[in-house]
Amino acid sequence: MTKTGYFNFDITALDRLSCAESPAHRLDARVKLLVAVAFIVCVVSFPKREVSGLTPFFLYPVMMAAVGGIPFGLVTRKVIVVSPFALMVGAFNPFFDTTPVMHVGGVAISGGWLSFASIMVRFALTVSTAVVLISTTSFNGVCRALERLGAPVAFTTQLLFLYRYLFVLGDESRRMLRAFEARSFGEGSSTPGMKTVSHLIGALFLRTASRAGRIHAAMTARGFDGEMRTLREDKLKLADALFAVAAISGFAVMRTVNIATLVGQLVGQMVAGGAR
Amino acid sequence: MHMADALISPAVGGAFWAASLSAIAYSSRKLKQEIDEKLVPLTGVLAAFVFAAQMINFAIPGTGSSGHIGGGLLLAILLGPHAAFIAMASVLVVQALFFADGGLLALGCNIWNLGFYSCFVAYPLVYRPIAGNGGRAVFAVVVSAIAALQLGAFSVVLQTVMSGISELPFKVFVSFMQPIHLAIGIVEGVVTAGAVSYVWAAGWRHEDAAAVNWKKTAAVILLAAMVVGGVFSWFASSKPDGLEWSIGKTSGREEIEGRESGAASFLAGLQKKTAVLPDYGFGGSSEQAVDTWPAHNTGSSVSAVAGGAIVIAFVFAAGFLIRMFSGRKKAG
Repeated sequence: MTKTGYFNFDITALDRLSCAESPAHRLDARVKLLVAVAFIVCVVSFPKREVSGLTPFFLYPVMMAAVGGIPFGLVTRKVIVVSPFALMVGAFNPFFDTTPVMHVGGVAISGGWLSFASIMVRFALTVSTAVVLISTTSFNGVCRALERLGAPVAFTTQLLFLYRYLFVLGDESRRMLRAFEARSFGEGSSTPGMKTVSHLIGALFLRTASRAGRIHAAMTARGFDGEMRTLREDKLKLADALFAVAAISGFAVMRTVNIATLVGQLVGQMVAGGAR
Repeated sequence: MHMADALISPAVGGAFWAASLSAIAYSSRKLKQEIDEKLVPLTGVLAAFVFAAQMINFAIPGTGSSGHIGGGLLLAILLGPHAAFIAMASVLVVQALFFADGGLLALGCNIWNLGFYSCFVAYPLVYRPIAGNGGRAVFAVVVSAIAALQLGAFSVVLQTVMSGISELPFKVFVSFMQPIHLAIGIVEGVVTAGAVSYVWAAGWRHEDAAAVNWKKTAAVILLAAMVVGGVFSWFASSKPDGLEWSIGKTSGREEIEGRESGAASFLAGLQKKTAVLPDYGFGGSSEQAVDTWPAHNTGSSVSAVAGGAIVIAFVFAAGFLIRMFSGRKKAG
């Protein structure tokens, strides 16, 4: 089997999910994008050993996934698939930072373990928020949002092209690999060597360039002048504004007040009170 | 290797966003000037090529593992640096926004690490001088691929260390990243050289109207260095010792929380925490004496752990309830 997991696994799944209908999907793409950015900035601005204060932030991706009908399993899988780098870098923290900073049940926990845990929680939060954003917003929606937020039209048009031809060229390279496999009669491994691949890539480039030329000719013939026009109007609705205000003020509260510790103290009080 | 949101601080993320955005703006302007504006979107099709090329894995001799090319240098050689940079930037935007590969805040870092060095450093400053009029093209490709990957890897190390989230000391991280990326660079260079000669043999020529303006390139690099250096020094001055600074933060905060006990002080505690707010902002002063450390309070640690667990359980329970409820509504 050739490894083309990138395409088979996520993009089609995420692309299909983003076309669904739900309150989360109906929100304006700009608002969702800005809220996601606010979320990420709040999360990454915590001190490096913070763990408990980050936990309330799970509220946002979980709620969006729940409301948007995004399978939790898909989000979790995605988070795990992209985690190796953060995991690898973070896993060194316990070795380099061994100062004990807190005791739980008589066991001293070093700063390194806390910051490692913090990195992994940050990672889960930021990636799941990105996945939720993607799977509740169509690609066109995000590009239009970027445009309305000031990104140059040339750049967003280019993103649209990229997305459109991703699938076409993905299929193309899969066909080339299949042709290679069919002609190598199962000799050696199914992964081609560097020389073969460099020629496959060269051929793919030439095919792509001539395809781009044909596309350009066809589009010019149909009156393309460098800009994509859409009929859709982008007006912010009251719901969008309410969502933005609620979400961002929620993040602000979670950022400034350690809700988890407060809950822990409150429950501790209640338990102590009950014992008395 | 994609940088993750979890490893960077807002200041580093923001600085590299600014640097990458200016490089994108500069490249799009150049691209518009040099070629027909209508052709600009077609770079998008060629960016899709990078994706497709990254899908083709090859066996790396002697290691038993497999890899794929990055593609930045290949495009820079075949299309010129400006088109290549725009294509790489859009590939990374799509990877971040549609595969969740590399975070949104880290996107600026990723565009910089994987696009800028190959298109605006390795191509004009290493490849072009060595390749000259085509004589030593293969050698030039391999050397510039190595240069691009070394710079990219070094940049990942700098961003990580500047952010201070990871405890990896600079030396350890560098001595770990650079050799690995030397190997990756050689492989990338050999495959890129093969692909480039194949394409040239088929008669492809990129008219070098897009010759790099040396002065401007130097200016852009200098500007970026200043932005990044400025952020770095600002950080360095506001927390002379990253570790100490954060210990001061953590302990100062535990100290405050430790004083709270009794349900009556619950609201008072809330108020106090709100008052402490400015101190949480990055770059804030850390007057909250480091000397309280390590007088930490066991009670507050336990409640932090327990509270965190309760919050997570609550959030996920709520999520599943909504899911069940909306599922039933659809079924009914």
